[in-house]
Amino acid sequence: MRSKLYKPSLYFFSFLIMVVCVFPFYWAIVSSLKTGSDLFKVEFIPNTIALSNFIEIFKEQPFGRNILNSVFVAVGTVSISLLLAVSAAYALGRVRFRGRSALLLSILSISMFPQVAILSGMFELIRTLNLYDNLLGLVFSYMTFTLPFTTWILTTFMKQLPREIEEAAIMDGASTFTICTKIFLPLLWPALVTTGLLAFIAAWNEFLYALTFTVESQSRTVPVAIALMTGASEFELPWGKIMAASVVVTLPLIVLVLIFQRQIVSGLTAGAVKG
Amino acid sequence: MSHPSQSSYNKSQLTRSRTRDAWLFLLPTLVVLSLVAGWPLLRTIWFSFTDASLSSLEATQFVGIDNFMYLLDDATWRQSFKNTLFFAVISVSLETVLGLLIALVLNAHFKGRGWLRTAVLIPWAIPTIVSAKMWGWILHDVYGVLNEILLFFHIIKEPLAWAASPDLAMASVILVDVWKTTPFMALLLLAGLQLLPQECFEAARVDGIHPLRVFWRVTLPLLKPSITVAVIFRTLDALRVFDLIYVLTSGSLETISMSVYARQQLFDFQNVGIGSAAATLLFFIISLATIGFIMAGGLKQDGR
Repeated sequence: MRSKLYKPSLYFFSFLIMVVCVFPFYWAIVSSLKTGSDLFKVEFIPNTIALSNFIEIFKEQPFGRNILNSVFVAVGTVSISLLLAVSAAYALGRVRFRGRSALLLSILSISMFPQVAILSGMFELIRTLNLYDNLLGLVFSYMTFTLPFTTWILTTFMKQLPREIEEAAIMDGASTFTICTKIFLPLLWPALVTTGLLAFIAAWNEFLYALTFTVESQSRTVPVAIALMTGASEFELPWGKIMAASVVVTLPLIVLVLIFQRQIVSGLTAGAVKG
Repeated sequence: MSHPSQSSYNKSQLTRSRTRDAWLFLLPTLVVLSLVAGWPLLRTIWFSFTDASLSSLEATQFVGIDNFMYLLDDATWRQSFKNTLFFAVISVSLETVLGLLIALVLNAHFKGRGWLRTAVLIPWAIPTIVSAKMWGWILHDVYGVLNEILLFFHIIKEPLAWAASPDLAMASVILVDVWKTTPFMALLLLAGLQLLPQECFEAARVDGIHPLRVFWRVTLPLLKPSITVAVIFRTLDALRVFDLIYVLTSGSLETISMSVYARQQLFDFQNVGIGSAAATLLFFIISLATIGFIMAGGLKQDGR
């Protein structure tokens, strides 16, 4: 019943989707390799390759420092939220108790929070705790969105693990802590990788808190550094350098995505479809 | 068991100790969440009833609903409300339709499907700020490559200013958002498609029913739960849009969203009271939308 046009049109659509998805990033790479007046010529394959944009962002600006800041904040956020979320997910995923579904629902709704809704309260809290313009303040505030969703995803993974292994351990008189660390943690490794990656990407990409809770260019994270990059004058954005910086921060993410495709897709869908 | 009463006693004690452990294990997360989410939310709501300013957060006075009255009168706030709704409705609709199309393509069997799925993940993985900047450059009024391409194919007669022009600014924002988030939609819908019972499609194929008819009569109704969940997630996300608009159009009046408005009041104008009121209103709008969705039966409460 399938018409002769089925395969060709399938390939045509796939090609179209691929070009639309990849072209903007390709164009950023091409632009980052051009300097001077070359940047303003439209060439789809660069004639000459110049690395000066890449050198300048590290020399003229604390971009190296910004990358380290982002790594620190993202790793810190991911470690703390995974640690807390595993223990919470055990309780929510393995034990039946009153108020469990209400708790799950409120945790899910916190992850739906508009970030701006707590901005002024968080600003006050961060100043009170003396964490303003401090990377720890960012780790602290990032808990608002990473902790609910890591808890939520890990809970769905926890629920899928078979009952029997836990029952056997209870019969043997193992404590809850032992069950959690010795039995569930090893089984949860793949889920932890997935969840950790998603949390890492979320923290790496975060903008609003990073923009609001830091001032010095030394303490900025990468998204803020890129957004606030200015040229000689206000109206003359250094597009070549902005593209170079964009490529530098996006390449690692794309490599991660290429390696962990499957885990990422399973994590995304566990978080949403099963909700 | 030979001693039923003994075993049930053990069991209930076991249950009790397990429940106690469960709360113990939950405690750290609950404490952190109340500290980083609950407390700041309450403070923001409190600020929205005061005349707080950024320089004097401590010495604030209760002003009742003055800030909310101010917002009702403020043309910029009303504009940001309209913009946000318009942005959410149009972009989520486009993303749903395109996402469904892409999901159907990804679900078909052909060579190079893996490559396509990888390519689709790229826009999703790129930070919003980076995609806003990338597209800002592509859409540049003078040197932008999109104008060049459209001129080359004679689709437009002269370069358009895109993000910089009042007429096209919102369209540009929607374009970039659709590019960035359609893949997410497509992946969610693909997961839904893969869960559908294959027998229905097999039967329809054997009966020689036209594929389009199968799509309308079988695929779409079966996929409805997945579509609903994806639309809810995306709508709630779109209602709080900030990064893209802040960077791509610098929050111009044509594109300002409620989140951008609130932050502007809070930190650019230092009116913490008014900014908090705007943030509180946004919070209630999103809560209402969530409750509405739950009532409409979109989300299953058991969190399966």
